[in-house]
Amino acid sequence: MSVTVKIPTQLRGVTGGEAETAVDEASTVGEVLDGLYDRFDGLRDRIAEDGGLRRFVNVYVGGEDIRFMDGLETPVNDGDEVTILPAVAGG
Amino acid sequence: MALEALKCKECQETYPLEARYVCDTCFGPLEVAYDFSGLDAAETRRKIQAGPQTIWRYADFLPFESQPRTALAAGVTPLLRADRLAERLGLGEVWVKNDAANPTHSFKDRVVTVALAKAQELGYQVVACASTGNLANAVAAHAAAAGLESYVFVPADLEEQKILATGVYGTNLVAVNGNYDDVNRLCTELSGEKDWAFVNVNMRPYYSEGSKTVGYEIAEQLGWELPDRVVVPVASGSLITKIARGFEEWLEVGLVEGELPTFNGAQAQGCSPVAQAWEAGRDFCSPVKPETIAKSLAIGNPADGPYALDLARRTHGAVDAVTDDEVRAGIRLLAETTGIFTETAGGVTTATLAKLAERGDIGRAERVVLVITGDGLKTLDAVRGSFETIDVEPTVESFAAAAGVQAVA
Repeated sequence: MSVTVKIPTQLRGVTGGEAETAVDEASTVGEVLDGLYDRFDGLRDRIAEDGGLRRFVNVYVGGEDIRFMDGLETPVNDGDEVTILPAVAGG
Repeated sequence: MALEALKCKECQETYPLEARYVCDTCFGPLEVAYDFSGLDAAETRRKIQAGPQTIWRYADFLPFESQPRTALAAGVTPLLRADRLAERLGLGEVWVKNDAANPTHSFKDRVVTVALAKAQELGYQVVACASTGNLANAVAAHAAAAGLESYVFVPADLEEQKILATGVYGTNLVAVNGNYDDVNRLCTELSGEKDWAFVNVNMRPYYSEGSKTVGYEIAEQLGWELPDRVVVPVASGSLITKIARGFEEWLEVGLVEGELPTFNGAQAQGCSPVAQAWEAGRDFCSPVKPETIAKSLAIGNPADGPYALDLARRTHGAVDAVTDDEVRAGIRLLAETTGIFTETAGGVTTATLAKLAERGDIGRAERVVLVITGDGLKTLDAVRGSFETIDVEPTVESFAAAAGVQAVA
């Protein structure tokens, strides 16, 4: 069981330049992010606050915004792709 | 005028003036910060009045050290007094800012003029955008005029008029199998991989500055006065917040007096994340899946939604939503009373004005400005079948019979 996570350029400073990483043993988006927080110092402060995501952070599973699913409780399956992106683009 | 830095709207962290749009610390949006303390109001006003008939007359308020040369500059569109519209709605004084009168027939020419000038200053060879249509038209045209290569990403189900009026400029037109929010996500991802200037992604802090010029023009055209109320369509929420920012800057410099007008945001019910948040009293927007004929406003995940809500709240305005039938009626109302044919977004705005008038929200003494952002020729399907022609043979008798009028004796 492994999920691929795509890291935006704005966070690569805390991931040692990694643009993509894999998280094993996670069954929800929240657990995927917890896995990343354990691995990368400083990542949690960048994108999370008060137990949730900061308001200008979007997370997608297979291209779908997790707010259309179950938020951080959204289940992930083997082979899924989780994408973290800034929310301020567009318009 | 002194350009200072890019500044985070959330945590105030500052960054150099480069191709950057997100705060590294908190992921908040970055905005250009200026120091206007050296500007003298009378001198600035003279300089504006002596300036070109484009947005560059406001160069002191745009993010450049000196006025750039641009091949296809936008702005200085008509502000028309709409007495027949006011009368129809029982209002005292209504003006229409007709931003369809730009080079590619929408207000997007303003933001693209600024974004491309900045992209060229920063040395980019390729420009790109995620668009609901109007921006696609503008980026393709301005890139062609500037001799830059362009990639324009749009939802595949866009109105045919907007597809044709983009492809004609020789851009690389990418039709994405998804809605605007999918297109936006794709472009946000690509902007991290490509050394391109995405006008509404990594150029967004500069791009959005162009929208302030709508506010400057309204104030200048009203004789250096602010209106009492402005009704503005809301997609990402950037335009409405930047019009307000323009007014605030001019109040700060002393070019106008008084206080910020009341701001009313206008959305289509089929894509109304900001109006829904307003209705529920929330300070954040929950994303929606758009389903409306107002495709140029079909952004389900509005980046500046929280700021639009804040603006409506602090100016005692509101954010309203209207149905697609009201949008069609709005297009007709504006056309029949002002001679201005607007696209669906303008139908949304006009219908919202009508709704506010009916609700009694607008005082008889108020001076109201309706911001019309695009041309009706871009969304012809919205009016197809809404009237009948009088079909005749080329004879006087046939005409008289068909039209129900007396034949000339």
